[in-house]
Amino acid sequence: MKVTVDEDKCCGAGTCVMLAPDVFDQRDDDGIVILLDETPGEGLHAIVREAASVCPGVAISVSEDA
Amino acid sequence: MTGDVLVVGASAAGLATVEALRRKGYQGRVTVLGAEAHLPYDRPPLSKQVLAGTWTAEQAGLRTPDVLSALDAEFVLGDPAARLDAGARTVHTESGRALTADAVVLATGLRPRTLPGQDGLAGVHVLRTLDDALALRAELAPDKRVVVVGDGVLGAEIAATVCGLGVPVTLAGPQAAPLAYQFGPLAAGLLAELHTARGVELRLGAGVTGLSEVDGRVTGVRLETGEVLPAEVVVVAFGAAPATDWLAGSGVLCDNGVVCDSRCRTAEGIYAAGDVARWHHEGLDVLLRLENRTNATEQAVAVAGNILGEDRPYTPVPYFWTNQFDARIHVHGTLTADAEVSIVEGDLAAGRFVARYRRAGEVVGVLGWNMPKQARQHRQEIAGAVVLAGKP
Repeated sequence: MKVTVDEDKCCGAGTCVMLAPDVFDQRDDDGIVILLDETPGEGLHAIVREAASVCPGVAISVSEDA
Repeated sequence: MTGDVLVVGASAAGLATVEALRRKGYQGRVTVLGAEAHLPYDRPPLSKQVLAGTWTAEQAGLRTPDVLSALDAEFVLGDPAARLDAGARTVHTESGRALTADAVVLATGLRPRTLPGQDGLAGVHVLRTLDDALALRAELAPDKRVVVVGDGVLGAEIAATVCGLGVPVTLAGPQAAPLAYQFGPLAAGLLAELHTARGVELRLGAGVTGLSEVDGRVTGVRLETGEVLPAEVVVVAFGAAPATDWLAGSGVLCDNGVVCDSRCRTAEGIYAAGDVARWHHEGLDVLLRLENRTNATEQAVAVAGNILGEDRPYTPVPYFWTNQFDARIHVHGTLTADAEVSIVEGDLAAGRFVARYRRAGEVVGVLGWNMPKQARQHRQEIAGAVVLAGKP
């Protein structure tokens, strides 16, 4: 799994951080997403897919190929 | 669950329902019925990037066509639901289709409220759909004054965006300041100062009663005081109602939304998600209906789980954000104007702070002003709520 984030679309809700704090964080100054792990381990795939699906800014994409 | 699923509504909640079903391993047939002809798109950008013209319509799309097709769902678009037979779980559409499934998800969202005499009047707009946003944008010009009717989140965002385009704009509504009923005097007062400093003319504190017109084109907005605010373009954004008229006579209970139990179920095999759903929030012990973006997707996840037999209550912490000029405002919990407000981080003068709202000694909400991360970290303090049901 390969995760990408679009900082321009991120609204700073932090939904992804609450779901998967090992994969996502937020910048202190403006709350924009920080991708901590772009190839998370298999145990995190389901929650990362959920984070991408519920992201209110549509800022997270998941590719299953990598 | 091995039967078919029908999702009525192809916006954020409908799409998230399908994604959650697939993520949770459901391999059966899924049909998504959408009233609009567009592929699923996102609504929050409509009053911001799309109206400003900084995003194309395509950029507001929720998923690429490739990602959508990988869901292996059938999208039936441009065909509004017209009637539900709840006992048979059959939805009849305006074009005459009849779609039957073992589980039906109602996610038809909202319809904007309108003013008397608004229908068919040139120059008057609402903003709910992509087509609405593009039609409004096409009418904006520096020599045409816009009056926005509605001093809530949507109206204030529209006024800010229109002002940013160099178009003269007036914001009208009954509150003392934009969002005053929710934010209370401190934060709403800051918002009023911001709008005024950037050039929005605030005409607040008086309800709007109607429109004036000449030859079928709007000329102004009439206030309850009798005064008329001149306008070449009017945007009516003073609230919306759940889109449930098509459910009349279906047997599904509708009262300010589709009334559901704590599992977001309204009848055997029939669920509701998003703006249209009014469900029993077990954590707060109230019937709640939330008109916000995160609720659309999180409730959809709960509905998908309950369709598949998880049998879990949906107990979210309400959340929304709004961007107006350079203010990024994030709200967790439920703010009320009568709450006791204290600044717990940052500095009002610096335009960066977190405000905590208390009622009867309990924290009911948190507002972050240009401090999104810090506001989220304070949401743990909100009483009586479980953070993202089932997750730490």
